[in-house]
Parts: sequence; C-alpha cells; structure tokens
Amino acid sequence: MSPMIDISSASKTFTMHLQNGARLPVVSGVSMQVNAGECVVLSGPSGAGKSSILKMIFGNYRCDHGRLLVRHNEAMIDVASAQPRDILRIRRQTIGYVSQFLRAVPRVATLDVVAEPLIANGVARDQARTQAGTLLRRLNIAERLWALPPSTFSGGEQQRVNIARGFISDMPILLLDEPTASLDGVNRKIVVDLVAEKKVRGVAMVAIVHDDEVRHLIADRIIDVTSFAAAA
Amino acid sequence: MNAPVYNFAYLDEQTKRMIRRAILKAIAIPGYQVPFASREMPMPYGWGTGGVQVTAAILGREDTLKVIDQGSDDTTNAISIRKFFEKTANVTTTTVTSDATVIQTRHRIPETALNDNQVLVYQVPIPEPLRFLEPRETETRRMHALGEYGLMHVKLYEDIARHGHIATTYAYPVKVNDRYVMDPSPTPKFDNPKMDNCAALQLFGAGREKRIYAIPPQTKVTSLDFEDHPFETYRFDAPCALCGSRTSYLDEVVVDDKGGRMFVCSDTDYCETRRADGHQGAGFGADHQVT
Amino acid sequence: MRDDDQPLLICDGLSKSYGRQLACKDVSFQLYPGEVLAIVGESGSGKSTLLQMLSTQLQPSKGRVSYRMRDGITRDLATLGEAERRFLFRTDWGYVHQDPAMGLRMAVSAGANVGERLMAVGWGHYGKIRETSSSWLERVEISIDRIDDAPKTYSGGMRQRLQIARNLVTEPRLVFMDEPTGGLDVSVQARLLDLVRGLVNELGLAVVIVTHDLAVARLLSHRVMVMKGGEVIETGLTDQVLDDPHEPYTQLLVSSILPA
Repeated sequence: MSPMIDISSASKTFTMHLQNGARLPVVSGVSMQVNAGECVVLSGPSGAGKSSILKMIFGNYRCDHGRLLVRHNEAMIDVASAQPRDILRIRRQTIGYVSQFLRAVPRVATLDVVAEPLIANGVARDQARTQAGTLLRRLNIAERLWALPPSTFSGGEQQRVNIARGFISDMPILLLDEPTASLDGVNRKIVVDLVAEKKVRGVAMVAIVHDDEVRHLIADRIIDVTSFAAAA
Repeated sequence: MNAPVYNFAYLDEQTKRMIRRAILKAIAIPGYQVPFASREMPMPYGWGTGGVQVTAAILGREDTLKVIDQGSDDTTNAISIRKFFEKTANVTTTTVTSDATVIQTRHRIPETALNDNQVLVYQVPIPEPLRFLEPRETETRRMHALGEYGLMHVKLYEDIARHGHIATTYAYPVKVNDRYVMDPSPTPKFDNPKMDNCAALQLFGAGREKRIYAIPPQTKVTSLDFEDHPFETYRFDAPCALCGSRTSYLDEVVVDDKGGRMFVCSDTDYCETRRADGHQGAGFGADHQVT
Repeated sequence: MRDDDQPLLICDGLSKSYGRQLACKDVSFQLYPGEVLAIVGESGSGKSTLLQMLSTQLQPSKGRVSYRMRDGITRDLATLGEAERRFLFRTDWGYVHQDPAMGLRMAVSAGANVGERLMAVGWGHYGKIRETSSSWLERVEISIDRIDDAPKTYSGGMRQRLQIARNLVTEPRLVFMDEPTGGLDVSVQARLLDLVRGLVNELGLAVVIVTHDLAVARLLSHRVMVMKGGEVIETGLTDQVLDDPHEPYTQLLVSSILPA
C-alpha cells in the first residue's frame, strides 16, 4: 500500500529582498514517507525547519526543489506543483492542519469556527454544530463559551478550539504543530487519546511535539530534521 | 389689405410628406416614438402643435373634422383649433363624433365607439413614459430598443408601497402589441381600455418633443400592472346629472357659490346625443359620489 | 463533466494601453465556480482597469475575456450583442461599486432597489417581489421596517449592504467587487466583510475583488494576484503569497502591513 505522504528531496530557501536579497536556507534534501495509521514526529531544535516542513506539505509554503506527494482520492498529487484550486480541494478533503496559534476568522462564534470544516464538506449546518459541540465538550470548553469568538480566550482555550477544528472531520492526513503546547495535564491526555483514535481510523499524521511524555505516547517514528539542515 | 393665402391645412406639401413618412413608420412599429422635424406653428408649444401637425398632414378635402379638449367641443382651445382648420383647409367641421372622420383630442377619448373610417389624433406633451424615472434620453432609447422595462414596474411598485395601490390616474402607461411601453397622453386611466383593439387608427403627436407614435387599428393595448394588483378602472357612483349615463367619464361642475356642484359627462357630444335620444338624468341637486 | 471542473471566467492576454501608456499588460488567469480571486495593488497598479475590462465596461486593447454562460457554452464576451451583455449584467453577474450610490437608485425605496432586477426579468407579482426583497434585506442584516425607505436615508454601511442585496437577488454566479469596503468606518468594514464572506460561502459565488487592503484579501480570497504598474507581479494561493512571498514587491507589500 503506498504511503499517504511521500516527500523526496524537498528543499526551501527564503530570499529576503528587503534585506538586500539575503538568503535564508530552511531545509534541504527532505525525504520521508508517512503511512496510514502512523504518527511521525519531527524533532530538532527551534528554527531547524520543522514547522516549515509541515507548511510545505500543507501548501502554505512553497517548495523550491523536490516533490511533496500526498495521497488524495486514490491518486498521488504533488503539492509542490499543484494548481491552487487543487490544493484548496486537498485541504478541504484530505489534509487537516492544526497550527501552533489559532488563526481564526475574527467575529465568528467558536461553535461555528469548529463546525466550518464539516459545513465546507457538505454537512448540514445543524448537524455540524452538534458534532462541534460534542468535541468542544470533550476538550473541556464550556458551553457558555461556544457563542463567543475565540479571540478573547486564554492561550490554552484557543489551542483546544484549534484542535477541535482540526480533528472534527475525517481527514486522512493530519498535520499537528505543537498541539499540546499550552495545555495542562488533563487536556494533554485528551489530545493524546484523540490522536490514538485517529490512528485507529487509519489517519496518517505528522506532528511537532516538544513535550517528551506526549511525544513518547503518540510517536510511531521520530525523524530528526537536523539531518535536513540546509547549508547556510 | 391682402389676407395671406395658406396652403391646404397650413403646412406645405413637403412638410406634410415628411410627417406622413413619420406616421407610416409609427404605424409600422406600434407604440414606438418616431422623431420628426416638428415645424413652427402659429400657436406656442404646449397648445397642441403636435396634434395640429398630424391632423394637417392627414387631412383631405372630403374629411369631416371634430376637435375636443377634455371631452368638450366648446372650450377655447377646441374652438381655436377648429377655426384654424376651417380657415386653412376649409373642411367640414362637426361636434358629432359619429359624423367625424378625423377627431383631434386633448386629454380624452370619445365615449362613442369609433369605427374603421375614423382617425383619432391625440395631443401629447411628454411622449416618453420613462422620462421622470430616467432623465437621460440615451438611456430611455436603449431601454425601449432592448425592451428593458423593469424601471417602469419599479415606479408601479413604489406606488403600491407608498399608497397601497397604483396611484397613477392619468397618462397611465400601456404596453402596445406586447412590445413597446407607451404614454397614452394625459387621458384618464378610465379611457385606457378604449385604446385596446380599437377600430380606428390612433395617432399621437408631440410638437415640442418632436415625436410621433401610433396604434394601428385592432392592436392589443394593455395597461401595466401586477398580477396581484391588476389594472382596474374606476366607476363613478352615480350617473350623469344631465343624461343619466352610468358608463361615461364625469366632470365635476360647480354651479353656485355655496359649494353646489353636479357631475356631468365630460364628453359633451355624447351627453347631448343621449339627451336627444330621450335619456334624462336626475338633474341638479341629486346626490353624487365618486368612488 | 462536473460543473466545477470547467472554468467560469477565462482571461487571456488582456492588455489596455492609452497611447504609449500601458495601464494593464498581458493578464491571464482562469476563475472557477466558487473561487474568490483578489486583485491587490496600490494606486496605479492597473487593478481597476483590469476589473473594468473583465466586466466588459472597458474595451481591451488586446486579449480576450470569455465566460461560461448558464447554458454551459463558453463565449468570448466581445462577441456578445449589447442586449445579451446587459442581460448578463442583470442576471448572472453582480457588480458592487466602491461608492454604493453608483450601484443603487438613491431616490427609490430599498424594496424597489432589490426588486428591480426581478421585475426586469419578468416577475409580475407585487407580493412575491416584496417578499423576496424582504428576505434579502434580512440576509444582509437590514431591518425590514426600512424596506420602504430610500437609500438616501441610509448610512454608508447600510447602503453598501443594500447594494449587495440588489446584486445577489438574481443569484448570480459571478460577482465583481471594486473596493467594497473603501470609505467605510473600520467597524462597519468588519461587519460588511463578515457578511460578504458568509454569503460567498453559502451561495458558492465566484468573485473577483479588487482591493488595496491585504487583510481583506486574506479574509475573503482563495487566490490573489498582486499587480504593480499594470503587470501581474505574483499570483497564487492567498495564504501562500502572503505567508511566503517570493517577489520583492510582494515582500514589500506584506511587510508594510501594520501588525495587529
């Protein structure tokens, strides 16, 4: 069975024209595969390019060289060279992304923020909101907060809303950037359980986790990205 | 002193040809406003120059002319125009509708049904039905050309929103031959149904605005409305005080300085004819109401 | 072939020059149903000229704009007769002007403003027209008791929302927007953007929106085209272009946004 994610020789360098064209290499020669049902954790010091790799898989960052294949509807699509509308479709149906900081559209109620990925895929609004509520409850977000936009929540609450939004639909691939960073022990455990449930459903995951304990609990494999360090 | 000698019906023959060409074009495109080179006439704009030019262009030596103003043969304007044609064309004139072959009218359609031997010439002030909604001539021409009449319905919608019903009571817009929207001239909406499938030829002349339009005989003319606010003409609540007619358009006549008034037929010939036939109204003092 | 698989609007080598002055050079792109494309640039970038050409209000000097009509056939817009073009403009397209007074009849009631397009395509039932107008006013968050008021009496934000309702009543598939939030107070802008975002998602509209405001682009658009001096500098997925800008001008634009 082919992998869900298949990266070969991907590299990226930022060219900062406002700083006289200074080049900032990020990663070089990234090659890795992720299969259904496994969680690969990227490790390495800050600035080594872990987030950048996730963003490249998601199509948020462009890739200078190499291929980033993801399995979408039985076909392998190269995100690095895909058309914008294809990437949009892949994001709607195949790859979910839990970013490090919640970047929600302002003034939208929490319940709707979490329900949106379902609605975008054709689920009826009422049913989507019900499912969103169930997940929020599980992540200990009190019902009285559901009607409020998350911008005024604490860091931990925002992160849990982020996780709910990322985990709510049945995406075959999930990218997790520090999912437990601002969470207490109780909520960390809940996230670990959610990840385990996704694995059982065959979801392929790539995660960045700093907490050793959590890493231990969710990682099937750990890849050290310093091996992809680009020459300065 | 030598009296001036006029060409038959005042206008020179070339002018009449030009106007007739415009009339033919208008008949060929029912309801469409045909521009024409309106001439200086011996009466000011606003006094029927368009109607007079149309009548002058079609009048023949054998014609019998009737001129009415608000339904009456004996108002100042009707008399002036009739005398004008008596002098310049020496044609027979009449006040009897059924005897006339050409009838020039301001603001009314005769009650007596017209026949296929007659032409009705209307005097028109502003020919463009959309003028007060869309002041740009370039835009209104385009709207007519493309049949875009949404704006006309906007006006009717506004009436209903504001007054609960369509408030236009005269110059009520009509659609001619299912194609052009037309202003019937300031006739009361009471008269609109008479234009539909009329046996006579109807010609419209606007002198100041330099437009001629026409409705050929037996043409469909429908008044604009909404399905749930259909066009309705009003009925007067009581008959004419003089002849007792229940179906004609009535004028209010003040009879004394104590507020006394009576309602009588606007069409004087129609009323006289009925009285001559023996019909009689209740006379002054009867109770009249207009709904 | 699914409806979504065919492009809705195809722009091919579109250029506009005024004498030697090149206002717009060789712009090409394809827009699919449900996609929102933002054209961003500063004054003089050519973005407004481009929008005018796309919406057939300005004739290009070179190039072509094609549109897939409701019957599925893609037509070169330059070959449409005037009647067809005006009909398209009134039914399948919307155009939201920066100044709402340009896109409304200011002296006519709100209900009539929204109902006009319906009447223009033959709706003849006053009650139904009014009902549809009412429901659209509700959708753009205008209180129904203002339905008989003319937009002369409305605030700027309300006028803009009315303009949107007037455009959407015939369920167009493509909407052009020219700086729809320009000139509005910040809080009013925010409300309007939320409304537009919601409607675009709900109705699956394709939108071409011209804006100088990158925040608007980020909020509303899937794809963005950065223009400068009449040329397309960079184009791609909105989050990609704004988070990972490649061209020097794009990097300059992005870095010029004041942080929240």
